[in-house]
Amino acid sequence: MSATETRQPPASTQDAGQRRTSRRRLGPGVLLALALAYVLVLLLGPLAGIIYYAFKSGFGVIGQTFAQPDVQHAFLLTFIIMAITVIVNTIFGVLVALVLARDRFPGKRLVSALVDLPLAVSPVIVGLMAVLLFGRGGWFEPFFAARGIQIIFAVPSMVLVTIFISIPFVIREVVPVLQELGLEEEQAAWTLGASKAQTFFRVTLPNIRWGLLYGIALSAARAIGEVGAVLIVSGAIQGQTETATLFILRAFDQFQDQQGYIVAVTLALFSILLLIGIEIFKRKRIREAR
Amino acid sequence: MADAAIHTQRPGGRARFRPGAAAGRWPLRGVALLYLALFILLPVAAIIQRGYGTGLGNLTGALSSFGAWNAIKLTLILAVLTAIINGCFGTLLAYVLVRFRFPGRSLLSTVVDLPFAVPTLVAGVMLSALYGPGSAVGGWLEQHGIQIVDAVPGILLALLFVTLPLVVRSVQPVLLELDPAEEEAARVLGAGQWTTFRKVVFPALRPAITAGSLQALARALGEFGAVVLVAGNIPNKTLTAPVFISQLLNQTSYGASGGPDQAAAVSALLFGLAFVIVVITEKVSSRGSGWLKA
Repeated sequence: MSATETRQPPASTQDAGQRRTSRRRLGPGVLLALALAYVLVLLLGPLAGIIYYAFKSGFGVIGQTFAQPDVQHAFLLTFIIMAITVIVNTIFGVLVALVLARDRFPGKRLVSALVDLPLAVSPVIVGLMAVLLFGRGGWFEPFFAARGIQIIFAVPSMVLVTIFISIPFVIREVVPVLQELGLEEEQAAWTLGASKAQTFFRVTLPNIRWGLLYGIALSAARAIGEVGAVLIVSGAIQGQTETATLFILRAFDQFQDQQGYIVAVTLALFSILLLIGIEIFKRKRIREAR
Repeated sequence: MADAAIHTQRPGGRARFRPGAAAGRWPLRGVALLYLALFILLPVAAIIQRGYGTGLGNLTGALSSFGAWNAIKLTLILAVLTAIINGCFGTLLAYVLVRFRFPGRSLLSTVVDLPFAVPTLVAGVMLSALYGPGSAVGGWLEQHGIQIVDAVPGILLALLFVTLPLVVRSVQPVLLELDPAEEEAARVLGAGQWTTFRKVVFPALRPAITAGSLQALARALGEFGAVVLVAGNIPNKTLTAPVFISQLLNQTSYGASGGPDQAAAVSALLFGLAFVIVVITEKVSSRGSGWLKA
């Protein structure tokens, strides 16, 4: 126990402290730079690239591209499919979310896993599923053929596969909100004499609205962007069953790169608008949860 | 009071709202389950019947023909790589977004969600616009002997692009709930930043990182849109399983035979993998008594 030994510990901790602060300053800088570099290489660089290519040709070509009936039809079809998908998946998604959040029954975890399945299954396989159900020799082909209803190579199958693919979004966003919400407010409304419908529209819906809107925006984005499943069931018939994404695919296939870039940028800009909506809804939802 | 009593006595009244009372819940439950059965279970049954119905012998027979195994192998390797790389960088991004304060943080958070919003095909267009041989960056890389588009690196970039938010959004909420005091305590006790992360932060994040990486794995196994334009789709070299399936199915419209059976076989295999991954992810993220409990 000499004097030198007692003096040493403070000196070493001070030293370690200095090392720590310098590392703390260095560490975050390196980590931040690494994270930003990754985002730049993977996300922002490519975004800048596509915008540059689309506007390189000038506004004349952009005008010509949008004047084509095929392009207009493709955007209209994409919009129709998105609208139907969003409506169906919003209504049934809220129903399923209510059941998953409030109800208890055997096999509930299996149902919950089933809801996640469309996120994991390849869209190409989803297309094949629809072909197996409605295509030549499919399970339901005789039924619809006898009634003269065309499913495959027509809009109905395109809507069906898009619905399949975007089922999980509304459900996955609304279930946690419902679970946090609990039952007290609804029970209060019910006790005060509100009907089931009144309780839902006046109490439940306002409480889940931001989570719901977030889910709807994600569904819409997915529905607009779907290509693999739609390609297989639609046959990609030009001017008939060609969506905006299928038009891009054909444009690059036929070396019409410029038109492909222009339509792609239009979809990208629209999805960025959706993204801004998504961020606003998400923040409101998080703020309300607190 | 009297009012409440009347309402309780309404036929099938208040009892319906008690979560335990199931009788009045059947209509809602029935509609919800019917919707899921029609839209998910039925198509799944069709693919299982077609893919596995003829026995596993036929499955391996269809797979052994030209190109199928190579496509599956390439897809598996790239999907695993994607899951690992984005497991690391996704965690890093989540950590940076939650723990650091810097200008543009909320912008970065929005940019990370970009792949959720942008159509996957457009993601492919973006990557080929920047890294294709015609652009400045792509041309420079090509001069240095690195080919991205129409080669394996392009496919990997496309898969990394579409799966990045999955890991970040899985890890972020867990990290938000993790008390920074624990990390500070570790540092005060003399642990370096890396030791603190490895011993304190990582164990708490492990289930979320695993779940996010598994989601990325499943997504990468099935990705079509982002890959189709950047891969070049050269058989046995840059042809992934989903693109391979779509080509087999496209042949049928031109009248070639054998396509659908092969497509169903490859699809059945991919679908089986996806199903297993979903079940494992469910177990990991629910932190139940599953065998992968972290």
